[in-house]
Amino acid sequence: MESLSTETVEVGGAESIDDVMQKIAEHKGCGTSGGSGKASCGTAAGENDLPQEIWDKVKNHPCYSEEAHHHYARMHVAVAPACNIQCNYCNRKYDCANESRPGVVSEKLTPEQASKKVLAVASTIPQMTVLGIAGPGDPLANPEKTFKTFELIAATAPDIKLCLSTNGLALPEHVDTIAKYNVDHVTITINMVDPDVGAQIYPWIYWQHKRIYGREAAEILTQHQMRGLEMLTERGILCKVNSVMIPGINDKHLVEVNKAVKSRGAFLHNIMPLISSPEHGTVFGLNGQRGPTAQELKALQDSCEGEMNMMRHCRQCRADAVGLLGEDRSAEFTTDKIMAMEVTYDLESRKAYQTKVEEERLKVAAAKNAELATLAGEDNVDIKILIAVATKGSGRVNEHFGHAKEFQIYELSTNGAKFVGHRRVDLYCQGGYGEEDSLDTIIRAINDCTAVFVAKIGGCPKNDLVKAGIDPVDEFAFEFIEQSAITYFKRYLDKVKSGEIEHKERGDATLRQGAFITA
Amino acid sequence: MTARWRSKQMTYKIVASQCTSCSACEAECPNVAISEKNGTFVINPKKCTECIGYFDVPQCVAVCPVDDTCVIDTSLPRYQAAGGAA
Ligand code: SF4
Ligand code: SF4
Ligand code: SF4
Repeated sequence: MESLSTETVEVGGAESIDDVMQKIAEHKGCGTSGGSGKASCGTAAGENDLPQEIWDKVKNHPCYSEEAHHHYARMHVAVAPACNIQCNYCNRKYDCANESRPGVVSEKLTPEQASKKVLAVASTIPQMTVLGIAGPGDPLANPEKTFKTFELIAATAPDIKLCLSTNGLALPEHVDTIAKYNVDHVTITINMVDPDVGAQIYPWIYWQHKRIYGREAAEILTQHQMRGLEMLTERGILCKVNSVMIPGINDKHLVEVNKAVKSRGAFLHNIMPLISSPEHGTVFGLNGQRGPTAQELKALQDSCEGEMNMMRHCRQCRADAVGLLGEDRSAEFTTDKIMAMEVTYDLESRKAYQTKVEEERLKVAAAKNAELATLAGEDNVDIKILIAVATKGSGRVNEHFGHAKEFQIYELSTNGAKFVGHRRVDLYCQGGYGEEDSLDTIIRAINDCTAVFVAKIGGCPKNDLVKAGIDPVDEFAFEFIEQSAITYFKRYLDKVKSGEIEHKERGDATLRQGAFITA
Repeated sequence: MTARWRSKQMTYKIVASQCTSCSACEAECPNVAISEKNGTFVINPKKCTECIGYFDVPQCVAVCPVDDTCVIDTSLPRYQAAGGAA
C-alpha cells in the first residue's frame, strides 16, 4: 500500500477520523463484503434547495455538490483516448506531466488496469466515492473500453458511483447502455445551441464515416447533444452540462445555452473559463483567443443562476485526476505502483469512514446555521464582499498561506456566505522561501477580495497584502469557513456603520491559465 | 473483388512522429489493418485497401485528430494506379 495520508481531514474531528483510518489499516485482509453501498447518512439540508431525490444522489458527489467536494473525492481513469470531434480549445497531441488541460493525460489504461486502479485508490482514500470516465478523448467514441471498465468496477466495488463525460455526438445511440450500467451521472459539454457559434468552436466532427466541417458539423453536434440530454433525463439519469466560456464567441450565447439545457432537464450547469495559453498549441491558444477574467466569469454565472444551480467549484480536472478536488494524488497511483499493490476492497471500513465524514459535515452545517441566525437582525444592507480562503478540505480554514495552491472564494452578504469559485495560484512558499513574483500573482488572483482567511501567514506577505488592500485574517485558523466568514462579515458591517471603514467595490481579478479536465 | 485487392500492396501508412496513439483509427478501419505495436500505431500494408469498397474516404484519415498523420505510402504502388477500382 502506497500511503495512508489523512492530510485532507486531519483538522477537527481528527481523532475520530484517524481512529477510523487506523481501523482501515488494521482491517486489511478481511474479506470484501458486498452490499448495496447506499450509505445511510444523516440528512443534511439539501444544498441550494435541490429536490430531495436529487440531493440524495449528489450529496456525496464531489463534482456535483459544492459542499460535498470538501469531504469526498473523485477519480478519473483514462481509458478512452479516441475522440470523434475536434474542439478549438483542445490539442490532443500535447502531453506533458506538468501540464493539465482538456484532453491531456499522461497514462492511458486498459479497462483491467483501470479497475485495479479504482480498487487501489478506493482502499487508500476511503472518501473516494465517484469514478468518472472523462477521456482523454470522448468516452463514447470508445464505448467498448468505457463500458468494460464500468462493468469490472461494478462487480468489485459496488458502492462506487459511476459517471461519464461526453461531447454528446454519440450520446443518443448509447443512452440505453448507459442506463444498463447504472451510470447515475452524465456530463455533456455543450458550448452552443446555435450552429453559427458552433462553427467557431468546432472545426470538424467525424460522423457516419465522414469528416464534416463547419456549420453543418455544429448543427449535427447540437442536435445530438440536445436529443441525448432529453433521452437521459427521461430515464431519470442526472445530467450536468459543462460549457467553456470563450469571450467574444459564446460568452453572451451561453445564457441561451443555459435556458436550452435547463428546459431539457439538466440539473446543474458548470460554466468554465477557457484555458488557452499559446504553449498548449490549441487553435485558440495560437490565435490569441483570451480567456475570461474572474469578474466576467462570475457575472455570467450569476446571470444564469435562478431556477437552476450553477456549479462554481469545478477544477477542470485532468482525465486521470485522483483525490479531493483541488488536490491531485495521481502520482501515487501510477500503473507500475498499482500493479504491484495488493488490494483488498473493504466496503465496511469505507462505510464507517464515510459515516464519520457525514457527522463532520453536519457539524459544519450546524455551525453555519447558528452563525447565520445572528445575521438575521441586520437590515438588508446592500453590501457584498468577496473573501479568499486557504483550505485543504473539510470545510475549514486549515491551510497555510504559503502552502495554498488555490484559494476558495466566498461572497458574503446579509444572506450569509456563498461559495462562488476558486482561484489557482502558484505556491508562494516553496521550501520555506517566499518569492516576490509569486506573491504578485496571488494578489492579482484574489485582487477582488476584501480579505484572505488563512491558518497561518508570515510577516512579509502579510504586509504586502495589507498594502494591496487585502485584509490577511488568521484568527479563524482551523475554524469552519462559513461560520467564520459570517462572523467576519458582521464585524465588517459594524465597522462600516460606525464609519471606521468605508465600503468600496474592489477591482477585477485574473484567472490563472493552465487549470486541470474532461471532454 | 476482395481477392484482387489482396493481391496488391495497398498504401496508407502512419507517420509515427505525428501519431498521438489515440487509437481512434484502429476502431474505424474496416479491414482491421491498424494495430498497436509497442505503443505506436501501424498500418499493415497487406490489409489496407484505402477503404475502397467500404467508404468514400479512408477512415483513418477522416478520424485522425492530427492532420497529415495517416498518409499515402509513396514507397508502395497505389491500388488505383495499379489498375484497380475507381
Ligand atoms: S476537448 Fe474533448 S471532445 Fe473536444 S476534441 Fe478534445 S477530447 Fe475531443
Ligand atoms: S485507409 Fe482504410 S483500410 Fe487503410 S488503414 Fe486506413 S482505415 Fe484501414
Ligand atoms: S487516429 Fe491518428 S493519432 Fe490516433 S492513433 Fe491513429 S494515427 Fe495515431
